[in-house]
Amino acid sequence: MATVIQPKGALIDLTKCIGCRGCQIACKNWNSRGVQKTFMGGSFTNPVKLNSETYTLVEFVETGEKNDLNWDFIKVQCMHCKEPACASACPVGAFQKMPNGAVNYAQEKCIGCRYCMVACPFSIPKYEWDKKYPIVQKCTFCSDRMADGMIPACAKSCAPGAIYVDDHDKVVAEAERRIREHPGKYVNHIYGKEEAGGTAWMYLSSVPFDALGFRTNILKKPLPELTWNMLSTIPYKVGGLVLLLSAIAFIRNRGNGGGSDEKGKEG
Amino acid sequence: MNGTVKKNVPFFSFGTLIVMVVFAIGAYAALYRFQHGLGASTHLTDDVPWGLWIAFDVLAGVALAAGGFSITAAVYVFNMKKYKPIARPAILTAFIGYLLVVIGIVIDIGQPLRFWHPLVMWQHHSVMFEVVWCITLYSTVLGLEFAPAFLERLKLNFLLKVLKFFMFPLVIAGIVLSFLHQSSMGGFFLIMPAKVNPLWYSSNLPYLFYISAIAVGLAMVSFESVVSAWAFKREQEHDILTGLGKGIAITLVVYVVAKVGDLAYQGALSQAFSGTIASKMFLLELVGGFIMPLVLLALPAVRQSVSGVFFSAVLVIAGVMLNRFNTNFFAQLGNGVSYFPTGREIAITLGLIALGVLMFRMAVKFLPIFHEAEAEH
Repeated sequence: MATVIQPKGALIDLTKCIGCRGCQIACKNWNSRGVQKTFMGGSFTNPVKLNSETYTLVEFVETGEKNDLNWDFIKVQCMHCKEPACASACPVGAFQKMPNGAVNYAQEKCIGCRYCMVACPFSIPKYEWDKKYPIVQKCTFCSDRMADGMIPACAKSCAPGAIYVDDHDKVVAEAERRIREHPGKYVNHIYGKEEAGGTAWMYLSSVPFDALGFRTNILKKPLPELTWNMLSTIPYKVGGLVLLLSAIAFIRNRGNGGGSDEKGKEG
Repeated sequence: MNGTVKKNVPFFSFGTLIVMVVFAIGAYAALYRFQHGLGASTHLTDDVPWGLWIAFDVLAGVALAAGGFSITAAVYVFNMKKYKPIARPAILTAFIGYLLVVIGIVIDIGQPLRFWHPLVMWQHHSVMFEVVWCITLYSTVLGLEFAPAFLERLKLNFLLKVLKFFMFPLVIAGIVLSFLHQSSMGGFFLIMPAKVNPLWYSSNLPYLFYISAIAVGLAMVSFESVVSAWAFKREQEHDILTGLGKGIAITLVVYVVAKVGDLAYQGALSQAFSGTIASKMFLLELVGGFIMPLVLLALPAVRQSVSGVFFSAVLVIAGVMLNRFNTNFFAQLGNGVSYFPTGREIAITLGLIALGVLMFRMAVKFLPIFHEAEAEH
């Protein structure tokens, strides 16, 4: 009997990242992502943003002021939400949360409506704009590697050990332990533990997350609820409307004389 | 009376020619888009994946076609016989509108050849899935609601009788389907509370979209009634226009009260005066597109003048369009992100409008659209 697959989680400890971008290269290698012409965009972040050929990117952010400057390196990639907004938004079910924790994208289903891109609170799915028949691209959590018992390519390549991958529960426990055992080192927040109802990838930081450019206004509950509240009540709305409209029509068409009624109504 | 004069109006006129040129340019741009892809023909980016086509062709387009269900509801459910003469033009407008929305969607999606996927690969948690189904079904309903015009023309009296028998259930289906997807146009944005500007985000967004769709649907019917009477040298339908003006005014009151109340409830009212671009656009939209036509149409003198109703309708159309644009774009722009459509994007949108005008003109010229009423009286 096969062992039960535990959903995986990952913790990025930003205090350990040295900004070497080894993860970025390892990711490109493993996932056969192409190269692009780059340019100096005013910061060391290169390419400037995540794109269809770049599943993960180290952003270089300067915080603090004058004599107390900080240079922070933030690795971004798909957060692999527990209840992904992209999966709920997709009209053809191309996105799916897998038992191993990864949010998988089945490109052969995709119609290219790009609702996933707008729905994602972290703006992760990217599009192949220059192709005639484009698909969405995003980090896969290296599902193929994990199936063989390996950790994702980015985590494997991380020299300072800033990325810790394990079963999701263990990762959360480890993050809590680090905050507890190093008082004052981290801000008391595990980014991703509760954001959007919880994500597989989480962050620890010594600098407040909003200063690093993280979206901090993301609801701390699963986002698919927001649309499902509307969609799940459709059967009742349909039933109610049909009854109401029929009743109105019955009353208004009584005797089918109706002609005198509307004079009072209009004008 | 209405139908007799129009026989003198030829299909081709200078105006028609211009519209055909606009359509041809749009068709050429669409060919280019299919040949070279989205990146080559649009200014869409990873930051702004939903551009002009989604905002205008889909979000605004669906709302503008709301006159179909509003007028059929008035005539067939509320038994307001006065509006019977404009039921068929309203259904025609909606039918053409939805055809354009469907074409617009096929042009916009990255995989046009897979447009049918949502009908086969079900994902009932998706608003987009629900909208695709509603639009497909409602287009069919509109086709059937409009079919009598063809059947009368072809004198297929038996089929006509069968269809008339099913008219009431069809109308009900149309109203219900419209409620669902008109509100779902706002429902799209429910899942992005962190992105949509607080001036537009609300858990009640679906209902606000629905109410404003009714207002703009009626405004569109008024607009068309005036324009087509002018184009086909018919007499203006004063009585109906006054009634429509009143209907628009009532809907606008409901909308403005709901919108302002909702903003206050969400605690975002003060943001309307924060001086940001978003707040200025919001005030422009609410005051210019909703409150101003509301005040105008509340005056009996305006309601009873053709130009008064026409001008107010134009304001409402602009206001609701702006509302859809604002909801969509302020969710994506800002933080150094900007977007302005390419010439090709604009050409395709204009081409779609031109196609709609041509289809409308053709239908009015060759099918019994405006003179159905006389046949019955």
